[in-house]
Amino acid sequence: MSNTIKNITLKIWRQAGPAAKGYFETHNIPEITDEASFLEMLDILNDRLVTEGKEAVVFDHDCREGICGTCSLMIDGQAHGPQRGTATCQLHMRKFKDGDSITIEPWRASAFPLIKDLMVDRSAFDRIIESGGYITAETGGAPDANLIPIAKPIADAAMDSAECIGCGACVAACPNGAANLFTAAKVAHLNRLPQGQAERYSRVETMVETMDEHFGSCTNHGECEAACPKEISIDVIALMHKDYRKAKFANRKDLARS
Amino acid sequence: MSLTDQLLAQNTVQLDSKIPAGAMADKWNTYKSDMKLVNPNNKRKFKVIVVGTGLAGASAAATLAELGYQVDAFTFHDSARRAHSIAAQGGINGAKNYKGDGDSIHRLFYDTVKGGDFRAREANVHRLAENSVDIIDQMVAQGVPFAREYGGLLDNRSFGGAQVSRTFYARGQTGQQLLLGAYQQFSRQVGLGGIRLFNRSELIDIVVVDGRAAGIVVRDLVTGELTSHSAHAVVLATGGYGNAFFLSTNAMACNVTAAWRAHRKGALFANPCYTQIHPTCIPQSDDSQSKLTLMSESLRNDGRVWVPTNPDETRPAHEIPESERDYYLERLYPSFGNLAPRDISSRAAKRAVDKGLGVGPKKNGVYLDFSDAINRLGREVVEERYGNLFEMYERIAGENPYDTPMRIYPASHYTMGGLWVDYELMTNIPGLYAAGEANFSDHGANRLGASALMQGLSDGYFVLPYTIGNYLAPMLNKPMPGTDHPEFKAAEAAAKERFAGYLAIGGTKSPDFFHRELGKIIWDYCGMERTEQGLEKALSEIPALYEEFKKDLRVTGDSESMNQTLEKAGRVDDFFQLGMLMCKDALDRKESCGGHFRAEYQTDDGEALRDDDNYCHVSAWQWGGDPMKPVLNVEKLDFEEVHLATRSYK
Ligand SMILES: Cc1cc2nc3c(=O)[nH]c(=O)nc-3n(C[C@H](O)[C@H](O)[C@H](O)COP(=O)(O)OP(=O)(O)OC[C@H]3O[C@@H](n4cnc5c(N)ncnc54)[C@H](O)[C@@H]3O)c2cc1C
Ligand code: SF4
Ligand code: FES
Repeated sequence: MSNTIKNITLKIWRQAGPAAKGYFETHNIPEITDEASFLEMLDILNDRLVTEGKEAVVFDHDCREGICGTCSLMIDGQAHGPQRGTATCQLHMRKFKDGDSITIEPWRASAFPLIKDLMVDRSAFDRIIESGGYITAETGGAPDANLIPIAKPIADAAMDSAECIGCGACVAACPNGAANLFTAAKVAHLNRLPQGQAERYSRVETMVETMDEHFGSCTNHGECEAACPKEISIDVIALMHKDYRKAKFANRKDLARS
Repeated sequence: MSLTDQLLAQNTVQLDSKIPAGAMADKWNTYKSDMKLVNPNNKRKFKVIVVGTGLAGASAAATLAELGYQVDAFTFHDSARRAHSIAAQGGINGAKNYKGDGDSIHRLFYDTVKGGDFRAREANVHRLAENSVDIIDQMVAQGVPFAREYGGLLDNRSFGGAQVSRTFYARGQTGQQLLLGAYQQFSRQVGLGGIRLFNRSELIDIVVVDGRAAGIVVRDLVTGELTSHSAHAVVLATGGYGNAFFLSTNAMACNVTAAWRAHRKGALFANPCYTQIHPTCIPQSDDSQSKLTLMSESLRNDGRVWVPTNPDETRPAHEIPESERDYYLERLYPSFGNLAPRDISSRAAKRAVDKGLGVGPKKNGVYLDFSDAINRLGREVVEERYGNLFEMYERIAGENPYDTPMRIYPASHYTMGGLWVDYELMTNIPGLYAAGEANFSDHGANRLGASALMQGLSDGYFVLPYTIGNYLAPMLNKPMPGTDHPEFKAAEAAAKERFAGYLAIGGTKSPDFFHRELGKIIWDYCGMERTEQGLEKALSEIPALYEEFKKDLRVTGDSESMNQTLEKAGRVDDFFQLGMLMCKDALDRKESCGGHFRAEYQTDDGEALRDDDNYCHVSAWQWGGDPMKPVLNVEKLDFEEVHLATRSYK
């Protein structure tokens, strides 16, 4: 059964552009059904703002099903808000109560420059994938899909890390703004699979180095895992480091040989 | 003379479907061996624009770049990884016959033609079924972690409208894993310089010079800047228009602008009234809701659909005895049962709710019950199959489906209609192609589950890379109009004026307000069931609301920085115009077929009644200068291989 939540105060970060000065703006939501999602509350607010002749709050969102990774809000200092394993768009108002005051900010990380209000630019993630986050398999000529059986536990483990939605909460939650969880999730997905073996070491090397160009370094805080809406395990980072060390070692041998 | 033949004689546009001669099973091979080729060293002399980086766009762009073409790719998303394709849950079909249950290319072809209620072009569908096999191989080679059996081989499940298991899946996130596969291949080409990516960039217009597609005008969503881009060919892989209904399972940003602007530049829009209402979505809970959530159709493999027999039922589901439940799909369609196709299942749910048998606080849903499956298979197996869907449901509805049956109701989900294309996926504007959900080609009047992902990837990986070469080959070393051509300048000026116009109205209502109201009209009169009277009503209400939009719209902010209200205004404007065409088309098609159900044309037991003598054609509409005055053109559909028959799932 639905209930009405009353008198919510929102403190929302407003910033006209990357160079502009940002500030908090306060809005009141007199009442809202607890069936509404958090972003539906912002829709309602924005509709009101536009009708009053004010500019709507800019925020990123799309699928509203927790799968596209577009939504990206810091809610009361927590990336994606209070519910574990839940992206912002999947958060519902039933998690809040009458009279709550909620602070909403953008992801804050130097690798994610602000665009406007609550929207940031996460293209640095794409740069990491472009540098090696793939298996080279050009279209045409692939062998029959059942030619290489893959043990179920390996396929399942690859899938566990492949579930990353590229939202950037891990970076936003990290005191250093590191992207290790994101990068390692992709490395773990591809490096675990038989198809990924040919490029295993070159992949990890280029991805880690591209990551280091853009993001801060990991000092094992573990905040990333706690913020991740897909609950990607921090173990993938160890796997990435192991492969990276091996890659460096293998390359030194190659250099010595040449 | 049939109506089709009469209409054919009145066509204003020459519609050549370019279906290759020969036996159905040989057509695609014949095409490939006869087509013109571009020498590998010459490919880099050609530029191709790909708009959209969903499954269809990303796969096309990656493959074209691998072949050596210069590709410029555009998406309004911040990253190519986020297109709406990512949300597909259930799976992708492939006629691999790994289960040895009698599947074959022919059977997939047959199921798709029949599932589409005999309103698709046979030759395209056959090619799709042929390519389905290669898609699975390709995606596995890229590392897509499809579900596997304990022996390590690929697992399959079955989907609505099929009696074999041919659906490959990756938990409940098949679209995500396929899109990430295509995105990775695409990103590799970005890294290698084969693709230039323009993200947060929205196509605003298509430019046609001397009758050929010459390029596009794009708006940078971050800066508001309008720029022109020219190319030898343009591909639109911009998705479907299901958000015309406002409430739908589509991602919030899905819109019809790219296809619509192409339409206004002369591309025909085919079968706009063929829209798919998906039977298993979470019912609307309140009026301020912005979006509906799909519960994958794969759930119908193990879930049983029922409603109480008593309209005044108040007991919780588990207290209602078997004798007071109506498992209506199993009763009405014994051979397909809960796996009856989507259009049929949706209408059956609507009838139950209309009779007052609905469940839930608003009595606007039917049950999808897993208790039998849990008893039969054990909770673990059910969890393994559907765990993440159950979790998603609980988060939204606040109820746990292991204990309480899900409540579901139909919602707008997919659009079979789209830009008219020939066998080469080229629109009637030479050099302008449409792929994926944006075109109309393969699903007729109803799409079967797990076939959209297949079609997007077939178009992008295995069709366009061939057919575009056939178009480009004769253009080698011929001059191409540049962005300084007056047509580009004119399109840029018109776009500028259009956006300034929305800002200048200064009315009182937001674009969202108008979208919601428009969506209600389209849903009520051009949704699951349509009547002549209702459609006439919609065709008077939509133009009236559109007039109000033009006078009373309010867009705040400016056009020189990120402004989502302004973006929305442009998209809603195009939805208004499309909405009129959807209703015109639905009114014009005086038969029922697939997702288009006209209450006046039904059998005694309430099934769709087709009229093959008069409507066995594609309705392809030409822009007539005013959204209320479209011009009808038809393409006659011939069925050589699958004989026209009444679709029965009993
Ligand atoms: C919830 C849900 C579940 C589904 N599940 C399944 C399933 O299990 N199996 C199945 O086969 N199908 C499923 N479908 C259908 C399927 O997902 C889609 O039909 C398919 O993914 C469409 O792919 P596409 O590449 O054509 O378009 P999209 O993925 O929609 O991509 C469109 C692209 O075009 C871009 N774009 C659009 N307009 C513009 C513009 N004007 N300017 C610039 N860029 C633009 C977007 O940015 C995006 O990149 C599902 C659909 C939904 C809604
Ligand atoms: S690892 Fe988790 S938090 Fe980081 S981008 Fe992926 S899904 Fe988001
Ligand atoms: S909007 Fe897609 S994950 Fe939240």
